[in-house]
Amino acid sequence: MNDTSPAVVVGAGPAGICAAKTLVAAGLRPIVIDEGLRAGGQIYRRPFLDDGRSATDLYGSEAAKATRLHREFDALLPSIDYRPQTLVWNIADNQLHLMANGDHQQISFQNLILSTGATDRVLPFPGWTLPGVYTLGAAQTALKAQGCTIGRKVVFLGSGPLLYLVAWQYLKAGASVAAVLDTAPFTAKLNLLSAFRFDPRLVLIGMSYAARLVRRGVKLRYNVRPTGVDGSQHVEGLSFKSGAKTHSIACDAVAYGFALRPETQLADLAGCSFRFDDRDRTWLPVTDETGRTNRKGVYLAGDGSGIAGADAAEISGELAALALIQDSGAVADPGRMSVLAGARRRKAKLRDALEKAFPFPENWFEQVPGETKLCRCEEITVSSVVDTLHGNDLRELNRLKALSRAGMGRCQGRMCSAALAEVLSSTQKLTLTEIGRLRAQAPVKPLPLSLHEGGA
Amino acid sequence: MTRRLSADVAVIGGGLVGSSAALALRRAGLSVILIDKGFCGAQASGVNYGGVRRQGRSAAQLPLSQRAHQIWPRLKELIGIDGEYQRSGHLKLARTPEDFAKLEHYAETVKSFGLDLELYTGAMAKARFPWLSGNIAGASLCPDDGQANPRLVSPAFAKAARDAGAIVLEQNAVHAAVRANDGFALQAGADCEITCRFLINSAGAWANKIAADFAEPAPLSRIYPSMVVTEPLAPRLPVSLGEEGGGFYCRQVTRGNYIMGGGRGYALADPDFSRPSTTAAQSVMKRATALFPHLAGAHVIRFWSGTEGQLPDNNPVIGPSGTTPGLFHAFGFCGAGFQVAPAVGAVLCDLVTSGETVTPIDAFSIERFRNMSSQHNEKKGTHNETVE
Repeated sequence: MNDTSPAVVVGAGPAGICAAKTLVAAGLRPIVIDEGLRAGGQIYRRPFLDDGRSATDLYGSEAAKATRLHREFDALLPSIDYRPQTLVWNIADNQLHLMANGDHQQISFQNLILSTGATDRVLPFPGWTLPGVYTLGAAQTALKAQGCTIGRKVVFLGSGPLLYLVAWQYLKAGASVAAVLDTAPFTAKLNLLSAFRFDPRLVLIGMSYAARLVRRGVKLRYNVRPTGVDGSQHVEGLSFKSGAKTHSIACDAVAYGFALRPETQLADLAGCSFRFDDRDRTWLPVTDETGRTNRKGVYLAGDGSGIAGADAAEISGELAALALIQDSGAVADPGRMSVLAGARRRKAKLRDALEKAFPFPENWFEQVPGETKLCRCEEITVSSVVDTLHGNDLRELNRLKALSRAGMGRCQGRMCSAALAEVLSSTQKLTLTEIGRLRAQAPVKPLPLSLHEGGA
Repeated sequence: MTRRLSADVAVIGGGLVGSSAALALRRAGLSVILIDKGFCGAQASGVNYGGVRRQGRSAAQLPLSQRAHQIWPRLKELIGIDGEYQRSGHLKLARTPEDFAKLEHYAETVKSFGLDLELYTGAMAKARFPWLSGNIAGASLCPDDGQANPRLVSPAFAKAARDAGAIVLEQNAVHAAVRANDGFALQAGADCEITCRFLINSAGAWANKIAADFAEPAPLSRIYPSMVVTEPLAPRLPVSLGEEGGGFYCRQVTRGNYIMGGGRGYALADPDFSRPSTTAAQSVMKRATALFPHLAGAHVIRFWSGTEGQLPDNNPVIGPSGTTPGLFHAFGFCGAGFQVAPAVGAVLCDLVTSGETVTPIDAFSIERFRNMSSQHNEKKGTHNETVE
C-alpha cells in the first residue's frame, strides 16, 4: 500500500477491535480512536480500574468472547496508534477533528472505518426525566465500569434483549429487581422460536435470563404501559397499566429503553448516503455487504451501520477491514470475505426474528400524555411539538426541529429524535421515510468553549 | 395533471423578504402566490444570527433600515408572534484606537438619521458594561437596536401570508419564468403553471438565474456564515455585540444560550448546502473566551451555516427591473438582510401597487451592474463584514 495517511478506525468495541486486528494482520498500522478509557466498547466495557471482579462476573455467558477480544486488542497495542478517551467530533473532507484531554487535534485519513456503535433508543413516558430513571445501557455501564448499581431496588422497563440481560446482571450483582416490565405482549416472544434456527445458543441464553429471574421470584409482566414515575425529587415508584388494571411498584430506580439506535452522525458528516431501514425503524448509512459506503475510503462496521449485535459486529469489523485492504490494492482473501458475508446475512435473519420478539411500541404516540417532556434538553413537551406542527402544517423533521426547538439542545436529538419522528409521522399520517431525518451537525457531542489547538 | 394558478403577483423565494412582501401585498388586497424551492424561511432568513441592527449600515441603507425599525415592534400584530424581538441595544466594540476612530467617524456620518449612538472610550465602556473583559479601545452603543429569533420570525411571515390568503407553494422550484401577454408565465415544481401580472424575484442566493433570464445578471456570489451556539447559561450579556471590522458577533437569548458567529463556512459538493468551518468556529470560540472569561467552562453544542447572496458593493439589489416592466428584484443582502427585510417587503408592495415608494432605494438599483460583465467571476466573498 502506498498511501501516506494511516487507516483510521473510530471506535474500539467488537467491530473496531476486529477491524484493527485485520488491518494489522495485513501489515498496516492503524490509528484506533476510542471515546472510552479502555477498549471493549459498550458490550465488553472494562472497569475503570481492575476491581477483582472476574470476566464471568462482568460478562456472564459472553465472558470468553470478552476476554478474547480484550486480549487480542492488548496484543495489538505495539502495532497500532491507540488513542483512548478521544472524541471524533467532526469530519470535514478527509480530516477528523478530535478532542483529547481538552485539546483540539486534527488528523487526515485516506481510509476510515467507522464503528461508532449504538445507544439506547428512548421513548419518553411520564416521569422519565426524574432523577433515578436511567437507560438500560446506562444501568449496565454503571455496573460494568464502576461496579455500582443505579439503585437498590430497580424496575426494568421497555423492550429489547437488554431488558432481561441487565435485570439478570443486577440481580446477580446483589441488587433487588422490583419487576421486569416488558412493553411487548408475551406472544411476541414466540418469535424467538424462529430466531432459534439462526442462533440457538443466543436464544437459549436469552431465555435463561427470564427463567432465572422468575426462579428468583422476580415478577415479569408483559404488555405493560408505563403511566408515571412516583416521587417528586427522586424515583420512589413506578405506575403502569397492564391490561385494564393500574399497578404501582415501589422502587428507587428505573432502567428502561426500547432496543438500540445506531450512532450515525459521523457517517453523515463524512458524506455517506442514507436509506430508511424498516427493521431498525431509522435511517442508516447505505453500505454494500462488506461495509463500503458511497464515500471512497469510508467503511462502516458494527451497530453504527445498523443494529445487529456484538457477534455480527466482529464479522462486519473484519469485513470492512478486508474491503479496505482490497480497495487499497493489496490482496484480501476473497474466500474469507464471502464466508464473512454469508455469516453476516445469517445474523441479519436472526435480527429480523429478534425484532419481532422485542418489538418497537408502535402505538407509543397514542398512549403518551401530551404534557410529557419529549425533548429534555430544551424542555419541550409532546403537546407543544404537536401544536407547532399543526400550526405550521409541518411535514419534515428538520423543519419541526427548527420551529419546535425539540432536538436543539445538548444531545442534538440523539436522545429525542426517535420520538420526534414518531410524533410527526403519527400526527401527519406520513411514513417515517417521508418525513426525512435530522441532518447531523458538528460537534457531534458538546465541546468545551475553551477547546484549543493542541499537537497533531 | 397540470396545476394552473393565476394571481396578481407571484413571489419567487419565501425568505423573509419574499414572505413579508407577500403579506404586505395580501393586506393591500392583491392576490399572491409565494413560491419556494424548499421551505419558507429555511435558508439565510431562518438561520442567520438574528441581529436586528441599524448601527454599522451605510447611510444609503439607513432610511430603509429606519422604516424596518418601525415594523419590528409590531410583529405580534403582523404575524401573531413577537419572534423574541427585543430592543436590547447593539454594542459595537473597537479593539484598537484606529477602530474606535472609525466608530467615531461612523457616528458623525449618520448623525442625521437618529440612531442616537452613544460612544464610550475603553475605560468608560468597561464602567458602563462591567461584564466586558479583554482589550477594548472603545465602543458604540445603539440603544434601540436589538435582536430576534430568525428561526421563528421568517417562517411566521410566510405563515401569516398564507393565513392572509396567499397561496404558498413550498418544495416547488421555479424552472422557467418568461414574459407573457401583460404579465409573466412561470413553471414550477413537477406540473405547476403560474400566470401573474407582477413578478417579484426574492430568491436570495438563487436569485441571479431569474435576473439573468430577464437579461440583467448581477455579480451575485455566495457567502456562508459560520455560527456557534452554547448550552444555556445564566443571563449575563444584555446586548447584541459586534466588533468593528467584523470577525465576531454574539448575543445571549432569553433561554440562556450564547449565539455567536464570525468568519465563513464553506459549500459542500452540492453548493446549496454548506457547513461551518472549524477554523472559523474555533476563532469565534477563542474570541468569546477572551471577551467573556466566565464562558471558559461552558460547552458549545452546535455549529451551523447557511447560504447567503453577496454583491461586490455590499449593498443589495432592491427595485424595478431595468429590462422588464412588472418585474421587481430584492436579493443579495450580503449577510445584513434580516433587520431590513420587513421594510423591503413593504417597499416591494409600494412598487407593485403604486409604482413608487417613499423610501429611497436608488442606491440599490440593479442597473448599477448593467455595464459589468455578465460572465462575472463567482468567487466566494472574501471581505470581512459582519454577517448578522
